[in-house]
Amino acid sequence: MVKKMKKHWFLFEELVKRDFKKKYTRTVLGMVWSLLSPLLQLLVMSLVFTQFFGRNTPHYTIYLFCGNLLLGYFKESTKGGMNALVQNASIFTKVNIPKYMFLLSKNVSALINFGLTLIIFFLFVLADGLLPTWKYIFLLYPIACLIVFNIGTGLVLSAMNVFFRDIAYLYDIFVMLLTYVSAIFYRIDGYSEQVQMIFHVNPIFCYIKYFRLIVIDNVIPSPTLHGLCLFYALVMTLVGAWTYKHYNQKFLYYV
Amino acid sequence: MSIIEAKGVSIRYITGDFKDIGLKEFVVRKISGNYHVNEFWADKDITFSLEAGDMLGIIGTNGAGKSTLLKAVSGIMVPTEGSMKCNGTIAALLELTSGFDKDLTVRENTYLRGAMLGYTRKFMDEKYDEIIKFAELEEFQDRPFKQLSSGMKSRLAFAIACLVQPDIIILDEVLSVGDGAFRKKSGNKMKEILKSGVTGILVSHSVSQVREMCNKILWIDHGKQITFSTDVKFCCDAYEEFLATKKLPQNEEDMKKLAEGHRARVEKERIKRERTEAERLQAVLEEGTSSAALEAAINIVKKNKPELLNEDVAI
Repeated sequence: MVKKMKKHWFLFEELVKRDFKKKYTRTVLGMVWSLLSPLLQLLVMSLVFTQFFGRNTPHYTIYLFCGNLLLGYFKESTKGGMNALVQNASIFTKVNIPKYMFLLSKNVSALINFGLTLIIFFLFVLADGLLPTWKYIFLLYPIACLIVFNIGTGLVLSAMNVFFRDIAYLYDIFVMLLTYVSAIFYRIDGYSEQVQMIFHVNPIFCYIKYFRLIVIDNVIPSPTLHGLCLFYALVMTLVGAWTYKHYNQKFLYYV
Repeated sequence: MSIIEAKGVSIRYITGDFKDIGLKEFVVRKISGNYHVNEFWADKDITFSLEAGDMLGIIGTNGAGKSTLLKAVSGIMVPTEGSMKCNGTIAALLELTSGFDKDLTVRENTYLRGAMLGYTRKFMDEKYDEIIKFAELEEFQDRPFKQLSSGMKSRLAFAIACLVQPDIIILDEVLSVGDGAFRKKSGNKMKEILKSGVTGILVSHSVSQVREMCNKILWIDHGKQITFSTDVKFCCDAYEEFLATKKLPQNEEDMKKLAEGHRARVEKERIKRERTEAERLQAVLEEGTSSAALEAAINIVKKNKPELLNEDVAI
């Protein structure tokens, strides 16, 4: 795997460059827009929801931003990744290169975007009077897990998209549902113990919760949450890897 | 040890109404029992082997399974049955211009393609100027790819692919690229590469190209192997006769008949051509309007067959 990666590193770089250029050259605002869009979303949400949920939630803007930040990264990464195989069909049916390269390169531009948004997030954190502590180092853990989780999800989605072209529409609906069950703009303390447990079935919720615990509450999360974060990431990646391995040859018939 | 060894390679495609139907439609059809998947053997039981320095020509009509076979050789597809072994790096030129990105510039596309073919960045940095020069695209380096003519695109693709020093090179209808001048240049380049001892596979609809360049030949028809042989001339003769008569040979005997038929036909054509030439010449001379032509004719006859001339003059 490492050897293979080394061999194809040049290709990986070129694919990343291509995806990045294609994404930003045609829009006037380019990268600025992809930074602006989560901020505008945040603005709208805080305008609408502060009245309802914000009254008894300290640092409500940061609370919202945590959710938006991670969910936004998940959405962008998976929606882009979904097309990785279909868009590059003309390449992998003619040249023998590992197909996951296309997905990885798609993920890189989403990751860069996430990184930039993360910087803005920290500016907001400072502006809101929260002082960063050494515990912020721990944020690397959910980020790493989320990156792996996104890649896994991207693998599965891009494979499904080859077989069923309407996955994109179904996935949009799924993402909407996910937005509502990830506790982006509301708190879950009001629910019973059992319901709160059910929330943890949603991986995205776990990652968001981790973030909030560190940033807002300045608490290192429990080992269970650590375990869950890693578990979801690994399971998703294993499923994705298996899909690619198993269908590697079949992709060719469907594109 | 052979460089490429194919043993009973069969490749099955699945076809049917599963393409582009989407999940909803799939479920509906599955439930109503309307979902059909068919099998289709693109190649059936193909066996051949190549030693270092061999050049294999693959011939066959459209849809014979040539390109599919090449996909198996280059590792894109795995044979459904049989085995395919390749020892060495492969540069596959399958359908040259696909895989370029129309929004990127020529320069970016060159690097991307180079990366796809497995070169390193250092190698590409070194060879970039050479590639552009060979493709004659110096003035277009920073233009978007979509602004290039299709001839230019294939020229670039060919130039990039040619710079490799692969152990195995696969050419799928690539030698008919660009205009006349470039075709000559690419032909020369190709010969140069082949002389360096590379093992190659050439798929071409130009039988004369196969005759000229190959020392082994594989004839496929509708996925079935008609023959694999080292007697390129014999097979090409038979193949050309097959193209003219549409009679598929069933055995060695048929092949011989076809090849003989071809030779007979070529001979007949040659005689006919000579006759028409002679007739035309006669017409020109008889018309007698151009005394220069007459004089030239007499001069030639004087030189080549003086005895003929003497008799005529005597009369």
